Amino acid sequence: MSGLPLAAFLDTPPLGELSQDALRAAGPQAAATLALWWPTLALCSAVLLGILIALGYALATSGRAVRSAPGDLSSLANREPGLVRAVSVGVALSTVALLGLVAASAATDRKLASLDTAGALQVHVIAHQWWWEFEYLDADVTRRFVTANELHLPVGRAVELVLDADDVIHSLWIPNLAGKRDLIPGHTQTLRLRADRAGVYRGQCAEYCGYQHANMALRVVAEEPGAFTAWADRMRAPAAAPATPLAQQGRAIFENGTCAMCHTVSGTPAAAKHAPDLTHLASRRRLAAETLENTHDLLARWISRPNALKPGVYMPDQAYSESDVQALTAYLETLK
Amino acid sequence: MSIHDTRSAELEATWRDPPGLRGVLSAVNHKTIGRRFIVTAFSFFVAAGILAGLMRLQLMHPGNTVLGPDRYAQIFTMHGTTMMFLFAVPVMQAVAVYVVPLMIGARSIAFPRLNAYAFWIYLFGGVMLYGAFLLNVGPDAGWFAYVPLSGPAYSPGKRVDFWAQMITFTELSGLLEAVIQITTIFKLRAPGMTLNRLPLYVWSVLVTNFMILFAMPAVMLSSTALIMDRLVGTHFYNPAEGGDVLLWQHLFWFFGHPEVYFIFVPALGFMSTIIATFSRRQIFGYTAMVVALIATAFLAFGLWVHHMFATNLPELGKSFFTAVSMMIAIPSAVQIFCWLATLKTGRLVMEVPLHFVLAFFFILVVGGLTGVMLAAVPLDLQVHDTYFVVAHFHYVLIGGAVFPLVGAFYYWFPKVTGRMLSGVLGRWHFWLFFAGFNLTFFPMHVLGLLGMPRRVYTYPADPGWGALNLLSTVGDWITGVSFLLFALNVWRALARGMPAGANPWGAPTLEWATSSPPHAANFPRVPLVRGVAPLWLAEPYAGHVRGLADTQREVLATTVLDAAPDHRMIMPTPTIWPFLSAVATTMLFIGSIFTPWAVVWGTVPVAVALVAWFWPTRAETAEHLALEKRP
Repeated sequence: MSGLPLAAFLDTPPLGELSQDALRAAGPQAAATLALWWPTLALCSAVLLGILIALGYALATSGRAVRSAPGDLSSLANREPGLVRAVSVGVALSTVALLGLVAASAATDRKLASLDTAGALQVHVIAHQWWWEFEYLDADVTRRFVTANELHLPVGRAVELVLDADDVIHSLWIPNLAGKRDLIPGHTQTLRLRADRAGVYRGQCAEYCGYQHANMALRVVAEEPGAFTAWADRMRAPAAAPATPLAQQGRAIFENGTCAMCHTVSGTPAAAKHAPDLTHLASRRRLAAETLENTHDLLARWISRPNALKPGVYMPDQAYSESDVQALTAYLETLK
Repeated sequence: MSIHDTRSAELEATWRDPPGLRGVLSAVNHKTIGRRFIVTAFSFFVAAGILAGLMRLQLMHPGNTVLGPDRYAQIFTMHGTTMMFLFAVPVMQAVAVYVVPLMIGARSIAFPRLNAYAFWIYLFGGVMLYGAFLLNVGPDAGWFAYVPLSGPAYSPGKRVDFWAQMITFTELSGLLEAVIQITTIFKLRAPGMTLNRLPLYVWSVLVTNFMILFAMPAVMLSSTALIMDRLVGTHFYNPAEGGDVLLWQHLFWFFGHPEVYFIFVPALGFMSTIIATFSRRQIFGYTAMVVALIATAFLAFGLWVHHMFATNLPELGKSFFTAVSMMIAIPSAVQIFCWLATLKTGRLVMEVPLHFVLAFFFILVVGGLTGVMLAAVPLDLQVHDTYFVVAHFHYVLIGGAVFPLVGAFYYWFPKVTGRMLSGVLGRWHFWLFFAGFNLTFFPMHVLGLLGMPRRVYTYPADPGWGALNLLSTVGDWITGVSFLLFALNVWRALARGMPAGANPWGAPTLEWATSSPPHAANFPRVPLVRGVAPLWLAEPYAGHVRGLADTQREVLATTVLDAAPDHRMIMPTPTIWPFLSAVATTMLFIGSIFTPWAVVWGTVPVAVALVAWFWPTRAETAEHLALEKRP
């Protein structure tokens, strides 16, 4: 369905650059929207220009008067046929242009709805205040896995994102790939898209969802099918047991302290579902729904004082000792 | 023949509001209430403008820390709420309270005491909201207050309750004003002002008030259901108990989209008024203009769903709303072309009000065209809830309503105060506002396309949004300077402006027939109307109404279509009871934020105040009976 004309609207951001841009389509849905956008923009610009020219002409050719000049009521007796004609032509042209846009919009709707989803990858997206949960679905339930905030997609294969919200209304928007769709408590929706260009795209929650709406972003990594399969296999694997004593100490704090009350690390007793799955945290580029770079220092600060970095976040500040923080950080860094 | 005569002093005494503090609290003259209404609405405009400035300061750079997420959430909620509920809709009704009776040759507005009550309710609701905000209990769920975020589970505390109760205040005031203004326009026109001689501005007020009557109950219903969910644990919006979160969106936007037109349609009336006066001719296509206003009002109720394209609606259903959203551009196109035809064939007087009106042709047209883009579902799904939409509706509301409103302010200020505003300062105000506005909001179109969502208190540096945001903040400063010049101009005019005289612009409508500021009874002699532009007729004052009492507030009611004399009636005198009733109502409303029992006990003082309000006095009744003579 992406056909030749739409390919003209595909665009790859420069290598290594993170793109969040509706004007750079990386898949057929965004490209079809751009194919509607540019002609619409051109038509609207022409209309604006036409009205400004008409205004300029009217101002340039009309007479001038002073405040005390008498008003002219001759138009009440005269039907002014020239003006009737001009206004009628203007209104008729506007109507035709609007009807054209309605038709173009409906045609694009059709194109968007007809994305071929045979053999599509299915991902269940659950939005939380303020992070994203991704469950990669599979007919074989043992092959399902859960991750958070970083969505990997295979290039060239359609994806069905099944959308749910856990608390309030959110909206999933990855402008380079497709238009947005709301995640609404009590209503499951589906967003279908396909990435045709490999790249890293930033997405963001678009519906105001509370204090940290601004820091509820996600990273979409569109990669070649081989790379995607390798990534998915890594994600299915449970966490490896830590080797260093410091990391082992961290694991003990994690499992016996408050961390395990909310987080999951698969293959360990930590299996709570209130917060992002940390099984492969160290493989993710960023922390806290794209809020922070995933570095040693920031991870350590995040563990003890999340509210200083993302005010209002539900993860509580903890009175860990410096050595506990270092141990926890060492443990989390083993979760590759 | 002059419209003034010797009886005018006696009439003045009859219609004047009493002096002193009691007079302040018991005034009912529509000009007094109208002035207060306008000043209050502009005060809220200034407050919301300052909040906008704070937001622009925070968003000036990526990762800025002027405001945290909590303060920012309260500020953007207060900005939107104030602009929509406490400024834009009330100011349009406020101008009508002052201008409409004068424009239709009436001595009074209908239901003058109810008019005073509506003003007090509006004032108290606004003061309550700002009191809550200053006490750090300002609403923080957005002016649209989507559930479940605004519901009991995700917005504990009283912040959202103050928001929902502010809706109750302003909608009560708005609905009362709608009834008052419709009645005024239908029954109190000067004899001879048939409906087809009604000034286009009055048509726009009439159409707007009918829209208010049909749209506001939806938001009162939805906000009351929200209050009940929060206060007594009902489940209108709780999906876990069979409620539905999208119910809120349908009800809110069924009101919320027409609300844009409550603001826009009166502004179309300002446009027609100012263009006619400063083109020195009638607006071309009077009938087409009236039909366009009415068509706009009907279509406005058929496009609320375009706020909800990203929800789970069926695709075919969305297409219907796409079509309606685009078709509403047609009546606007009719009016724009008629105005252009008028300007082309008129003789222009290039005064300040006309400048503000001409800006409409650029700013509103840009906003209208981006509106057409947003009506297309695929485009909307990309830019919905981004800065593109922020740009779009500021172009519509500021270009389509605020520019004409400021033009109307320059236009009618001489009538209200008797003083002229400075044209030089006015031109500086106009050009700085025009430049500042476009610099603030044009870059936002691009920001939205580049992926910047709305309602974010901060944003990262990587997507490269910083430069355009900085530009936008600078534009806001320029706009701020332009309004300081406006304030200076008003202050200077009040202190030592040139006296205006009755009709400084040479305008055609009746409000310019009386003195500036107008006589307490508006028209010492109520004129007979013989055309659509009475003051441009060769003999404007060929006749007047005789036989109305000078010692009573007596007015002539006329028939709805033909404005033929129908009967005389006596308007009520000033009284403090509307004020006290508003105080009692306010106690009920604020009390019910904290306990449902306030709805029970709070009705007692309201009932007492209303009974006192309508209690007849023996002396008044005797005087009224004495006037009941055969003609």
